[in-house]
Amino acid sequence: MSVINPTGNNEMLGEAVAMRKIGRFERFLGPDNYRVLQGLLKTPASVAGSVLILLFVIVALAAPVLAPPVNVNDPYQIPRDGFKAKPQPPGTEWRVRPPPLPFWWKAVTGKDKWIHLLGTSQGQYDIYYGIIWGTRTAFKTGLTVVIATVLLGVVVGAISAYYGGFTDNILMRIVDILLILPSLMATLILAAVLTPVLGKTTLPAMIALIAFGWMGYARIIRGDILSVKERDYVLAARVIGVQDSRILFRHIIPNAIFPTLVLASLGIGDVVLSFAALSFLGIGTGLGYADWGQVLSFARNWITSLNSYWYIIVWPGITLVLFVMGWNLVGDALRDVLDPRLRGKV
Amino acid sequence: MTTYIIRRLMLVPFLLFGVSILIFGMLQFLDPIERASLYIRGDFKSENQISAVLKKYCLECPIYKQYTNWLIGTIDSVSGEREGGILFGNFGWSKTTSQPVAQLIARRFPNTLDLTIWAIGPVILVGIWLGVLAAVHHNGFLDQALRVFSIIGTSFPTFVFGLLVLMLFYANLQWFPPGRLTDAYTQVVGSSQFHHYTSLLTIDALLNGRFDVFLDALRHMFLPILTLSYISWATFLRVTRGSMLETLRQEYVTTARAKGLPERDVIYKHARPNAMLPVVTLAGFSVVGLMGGVIITETVFDYPGIGAAAAAASAQLDVITVLGFALFNGLILILANLVVDILYAVVDPRVRLS
Repeated sequence: MSVINPTGNNEMLGEAVAMRKIGRFERFLGPDNYRVLQGLLKTPASVAGSVLILLFVIVALAAPVLAPPVNVNDPYQIPRDGFKAKPQPPGTEWRVRPPPLPFWWKAVTGKDKWIHLLGTSQGQYDIYYGIIWGTRTAFKTGLTVVIATVLLGVVVGAISAYYGGFTDNILMRIVDILLILPSLMATLILAAVLTPVLGKTTLPAMIALIAFGWMGYARIIRGDILSVKERDYVLAARVIGVQDSRILFRHIIPNAIFPTLVLASLGIGDVVLSFAALSFLGIGTGLGYADWGQVLSFARNWITSLNSYWYIIVWPGITLVLFVMGWNLVGDALRDVLDPRLRGKV
Repeated sequence: MTTYIIRRLMLVPFLLFGVSILIFGMLQFLDPIERASLYIRGDFKSENQISAVLKKYCLECPIYKQYTNWLIGTIDSVSGEREGGILFGNFGWSKTTSQPVAQLIARRFPNTLDLTIWAIGPVILVGIWLGVLAAVHHNGFLDQALRVFSIIGTSFPTFVFGLLVLMLFYANLQWFPPGRLTDAYTQVVGSSQFHHYTSLLTIDALLNGRFDVFLDALRHMFLPILTLSYISWATFLRVTRGSMLETLRQEYVTTARAKGLPERDVIYKHARPNAMLPVVTLAGFSVVGLMGGVIITETVFDYPGIGAAAAAASAQLDVITVLGFALFNGLILILANLVVDILYAVVDPRVRLS
């Protein structure tokens, strides 16, 4: 008969319980969170999504190399080739005030004239520049809005869950009220109200997206905190007299925040989509600012002749679809991983 | 059941109050003189006029007074008429369209309702059908194909899809134009021989016996309906599929199969009705969403509904008009959600009895 020795390296136990090594990273994240991350890395759809996202990150970082701006101090202004209204097809030569030639252009094509790679849109705005610098705008607005909404949501949700009772009731009713109006309608009106105050920048739309975007996160973190706060270590902290705020921020939130963070990081796709929708409707950035919604909105006046001017919607359209699809693919895989009914099947 | 309904009804005044506070709060971003459009039409030029108006409508009063004023309006001392007062349906004056906001809504809403009626079928029924199909062929080729279809659907922004179908079906093929009616038919509808029984264009056309008008209206609505359908099929597909798969694992389905029922009966008579519960809620909310005006779809296709009107007003920064739409939208949503919740309780005994 063999005796199980809890300290030694026991062969029998290894066979019976199928032990495996737990790495430092897994210990840091905790078993549930590690499983989620692993699930994401193993699903083909989510890998494809990640590759798409990575491509966009590279484009955003390399924007000054891919499309050198005319005015270095104002790179987000899409350069124009004259002022004629009619769009021009891809490959047209740049006539009026061409931007500096990127260094790779001559090496790749052997020509020393800059062309409109993807054509120009209404008013001779260059579509290629709009897309490349629009990628930066997308990440900039997406990241800012997501970080702000998560912070707001976590604070409200945490206060609501930790104090409970009356406070909880009031905060959650506020959440209910903010959720009545459809999000596009709500952000549209708030952005319209804020534009005269803040001017035609990215700010009004971003503030509107933050103001009506945090409620979902507040609900999720509230639920997670409600379950974490019943754990023994929270009780232990309370017994030895730790302050409320310290318990909340040092003991509870770090243990409850992971699902919210993952969901939030995928929210960038949705935020960018809403932002593009707002600027497509004419709310938000000033004329000629590089953002995908605006580049698409140029097409609104050319509906009847889209058969010849296809490039003014196809290029920016594909860009936006691929961007959103990247986040959706990862998000879809995540939903499967997080769904408790499917646990162990991924 | 009665307790549930009473409790649900008690929530309504609270929500209405909340939405009114929300919208009133946004109004506070305006200059006091701009808020005068809530009560009267007009441009004020001289200092005297401005200060008279500010005083008359109490536009610089304490907040609570402004709020009650906004709710019930003021009675003009000369004419004795009520000016403003959202509770009486006076949503203010729309500067960009030069008419009362309430009238603008009243003109545009029938168009949105018309679109909703024709979109319900394709959006909901086809979505459910696809979901059932995916669940029945779980993990098969069809399921995978529909999965790809649905991911592409959720990734397509409404306006990109809308512009692409316009390019294909309008600019290239000339089959389905945007807008509401062909010019010739607009004249027919505007003439005195055409009676507006319901102000829903398609139904009026049928009642007048003008099938040509009816078909023309449908032709103009085809692309918006196609866009709305494709965008929402993905959601219906996912919810129906999940719910169907859950139901097909139940023991009574095994029983039904064991006693030798044909597979068709097992799926359509035993499993599908029970899988429909979550789908019913989703369907309810999408109808409500459609009625609230689909802002982007209506704008892309130049369809004169309330969504397009709200978008146009906000692009021109006509805040009074936009907030009027938001108020109307909030009202519809609160009432319609109430109806959906109660219907759901009627359908699902688990909700009714708890």
